[in-house]
Parts: sequence; structure tokens; C-alpha cells
Amino acid sequence: MNSKKGYSLEHRKYLRRIRVRQRTILVLQILLLISVFALWEIAAAYGWINQFITSKPSRAWTAAVNLFNRGELWRHLGYTIGETVLGFTVGTMAGIVIAAALWWSDFISRILDPYIVILNSVPKVALGPIFIVWLGTGLKAVVAMAVATSIIVTIMVVHNGFKNIDPNKIKLMRTFGASRLQIFTKVVIPASVPTMISALKVSVGLSLVGTIVGEFLGSKAGLGYLIVYGGQIFNMSLVMAAVIMLSVVSALLYYLVVLLERKIVRYNR
Amino acid sequence: MAKLVIKNVSLKYHTVEDEIEALRDFNLEVEPREFISIVGPSGCGKSTLLSLIAGLMKPTTGSIILDGSPITGTTQKIGYMLQQDYLFEWRTILDNALLGLEVMRRKTDESVAQVKQMLKDYGLSGFEHSYPHQLSGGMRQRVALIRTLATEPDLLLLDEPFSALDYQTRLAVGEDVCRILCQHQKTVIMVTHDIAEAISMADRVIVLTSRPGRVKSEHVIDFGPEYNHSSPLKRRESPRFREYFAAIWKELNSSEQ
Ligand SMILES: Nc1ncnc2c1ncn2[C@@H]1O[C@H](COP(=O)(O)OP(=O)(O)O)[C@@H](O)[C@H]1O
Ligand SMILES: [Mg+2]
Repeated sequence: MNSKKGYSLEHRKYLRRIRVRQRTILVLQILLLISVFALWEIAAAYGWINQFITSKPSRAWTAAVNLFNRGELWRHLGYTIGETVLGFTVGTMAGIVIAAALWWSDFISRILDPYIVILNSVPKVALGPIFIVWLGTGLKAVVAMAVATSIIVTIMVVHNGFKNIDPNKIKLMRTFGASRLQIFTKVVIPASVPTMISALKVSVGLSLVGTIVGEFLGSKAGLGYLIVYGGQIFNMSLVMAAVIMLSVVSALLYYLVVLLERKIVRYNR
Repeated sequence: MAKLVIKNVSLKYHTVEDEIEALRDFNLEVEPREFISIVGPSGCGKSTLLSLIAGLMKPTTGSIILDGSPITGTTQKIGYMLQQDYLFEWRTILDNALLGLEVMRRKTDESVAQVKQMLKDYGLSGFEHSYPHQLSGGMRQRVALIRTLATEPDLLLLDEPFSALDYQTRLAVGEDVCRILCQHQKTVIMVTHDIAEAISMADRVIVLTSRPGRVKSEHVIDFGPEYNHSSPLKRRESPRFREYFAAIWKELNSSEQ
């Protein structure tokens, strides 16, 4: 709030030290990434590692460019991102609705509790064949996989957030004669926004996992498909290109949630 | 007619481990516009009593009668201020102050204007659009009071309303609250563990026994004509203040044993 001029010399020095430190960290992070790729390229070029099984960045790049030239790059990326976002949206919305139902009736929540715990620890990949039989290979089964992978965690985290709201806030609402629905919309939901966002951060990653697994098991498009396909024809450059793109996609999706968080949580800063 | 009659009220809490009798045969009558302070050892059932009056729970036995009719649930005639302000951190100060009206579906342009005026009157102008974390403890407590007063209750229940504040702020907010409540001519029941606070604000101080809580004694507070309309701080200077203090202190201490 103060203008810069208002600060003392020591304070300005202190601020500058912090800025320099942050910039150094960023530069080193970028350098680290570049060196890993450079080392990989050099090691492959000098034959320290076997190019045939490790590929190298320049060939991965070529593989990506080839995909682009054949007009397939956007299709694969689009499928993976679309399926993830769809799975994530459906999973989050359904998860929140289920968590709300569990909050509404403690009795039902007690009944279902052990089953939710068990479902959480079942590896969702085991459900893949079932989805494929039910929904056929392709988009529907992949989205179902993404939902299955992310929804349980959303239910557990959000329900826990709902339960942990200060009972005095609810008491306050009751002193005004609030109905249960009013308590839910005016206290439980807004008080749980931070919890819901931290659930989103986890579930966006899990949805991506589900999508890739779904694409592994049965699909004709998407990064997961590219990875499996590249592996089968022993085209490691294609596999590496797809894996690198996958990392970028996951970073982007996570960043989207962070943006959303900044937009929604205006108070408290 | 008495504003509030509490007749033979008792309350038991049931938990898996135990059965706790919080109140037993509790009797009290409160006159209109009276300011009652209730003091008692901690855990003697003071908060329980307020929750019963507010209609948040039903007594195990006995009845509570407000303006001639028994209390069966929460009513808009009663305002309840809890031990802490419990302002919602995601709402602005104005929206926090409007919470009660909103829940009761009584939020109109008129009532909003009224609340804005109250915020101004009680030294919160310019903070309407701030968030709670930007306010001091004393200011937050005033917002909580406005939130309660906005719904225009005629019986106010205050549960240790200043206990979260430091001593200085507590005295200052006590002054404010007393002035505001006198202005509005409300009937007030205030629970506190601060004997001095109880005496300085109330017309009558009720001392409770330890659990199960019952009325142990009553002290009508009368500082004489010169202090009748003075502020709590002023009343603390009265010579009678110390007498009341000593008497109530002794009773509280003997009940602890
Ligand atoms: N929900 C509850 N369940 C069980 N026991 C309770 C509950 N609330 C309060 N009690 C018990 O009842 C007694 C009175 O509580 P309370 O009215 O909060 O006392 P005070 O406000 O005077 O400190 C205490 O011993 C407390 O432990
Ligand atoms: Mg209490």
C-alpha cells in the first residue's frame, strides 16, 4: 500500500534480496530442465545410451512435428484434454453432490462409509474392462475411467470438509431460524470453497491418470493411445514425444485450477 | 406481565459415555426492558440455558414462556449473540451484518439502508465492503451485534460476548454495547464470568450454583439516582460497586467447593 519512496533503504534492500532470490530460483529451474534434455541428447549422440530404446529429444521433436504435419497432433491432444476435462467436471460435480447427500444424512453416510473406503483403495484400472464391455471402446469408456479414478477422492475430501465446519457457525444460523437448506447454501458450501479447490487440485491429476489408462485399454486417439501404439511398433521417439506432451498437459490443467482458485477466493488476502 | 418466565426447567444431555444434568429446577422471571446478568462457575449450564431460551433445544422438563406463550422453536423475537463473533470470512462486513435478515427473508432496500446506517452509527463507516480479517476484534464484535440487532429482536441473549477480547477493548465494547442496548430499550440476558462486567451493566445479577445449575441468589443492582443512567465505566466508580462485587465474589467462591 505504501509508495515505494516511503520505505527505508534497508527495507528496499530486503525486498531486492527477495526478488533476486526468486529470480535465481526460476532461472535454475529452467536451466535444470534444459540440462536434462541436453544431457539426454548428448548421451544419445555419443552412444553412451542406446538411442533405439531411449530415443533423444531432437527425434522426439521430429516425431511431434510429423504428427503435426499429418494433422494428427491436435486430434490426439484434443481427445486427451477433452476427456480429462469432461471426466474431471463430471467427477467433481457428481462428487460434490454425493458429498452433499452424505452431509445431509449422517445416517446414510455411516452406512456407506466402509464401502467408500474400500472403493477408494480398489485400483480403478481394474474397472477398465468392465467399462469397455458396457460402453464400448472410445470416448465414453475413457471418460468413465477418468470419473471413476477421481470421484472417490473428491467425495471423501469434500465430505470431510463439509463435516469439519465450525459447529458454532451452524448454531449462529440456527439462531436466525435457518432451514437446513439455508445452512447448506449459506455456510457449508462457501466455507468449503478452499477444501473443494484442494480437492480439484488432486482430482484434475487423477482424471488425467484415468484418461490415459482408459486410452491404454481401448481407444483410437489421445496421448495414451499414442504411447501404447508407439510402444507396440517400437517407435520410442513417438512414445517420448507423447510423454513430454502429457507432462505439459498435466501442468497446464493444474495451472488452470490455480487460476480458478485465484478468481474465486477473493477474501483473505 | 413478565417478558420471560422460566418454570422448573431441567435439562439432561445424553452421550454414550454419560448422562449429564446441566440444569435442574431452574426458575427465573425477567421483566420487560430488564438487563439481567448471569454469573456462575464454568460448566454450570449457562450456555445451555441460553440455548433453551433461544429455542435451539427443548428442556427435558419444565417450560419457558415468552410474552405469554411457550417457546417451541427459534423465534424472530429473540436475538442470540454467541461467545465469538463468527463473522463469515467470505462475506463483506455489510453482507455479514445482513445475514440474519437474509435468512429470515426480510432483506429489503429499507432494511439494508437501516443496517448501513447502523454500521455508520457504530463507527464502522468505510468498512462496509471490507472483509472480517481486516477488522480489529472490537470492531468485529460490533458487527456481530449489528447482525443481531438488525433483525429487531426484543429479547437479546448474550453469551460471554466479550470474552474473546482483550481487557481494554472489552471495556470499550462493553460501553458501546450498553449504550446501544439502552437506546434500543431491549430486554437483555447476558452470561459472563466477569463479575465486574455483570455488575456494571445489569439491573439484576443472578448467581448460579455449580452443575446442575440452579439460581443460587439474586442481586438487584441499584447504584442510586446519580448513577441510574450512567455508563458501565462510571458505575464501576460507585462506592456500592465494591460491595456488590464482594458479595457476589464470596458467593461464587463458596459454590465452587
Ligand atoms: N452437547 C452436549 N453434550 C453433552 N454435554 C454437554 C453438551 N453441551 C454441554 N454439555 C455439558 O453440560 C454442562 C453445561 O454446559 P454449558 O451450558 O456449556 O456450561 P457453561 O456455559 O455454564 O460453561 C457442561 O458440563 C458441559 O460439559
Ligand atoms: Mg458457556
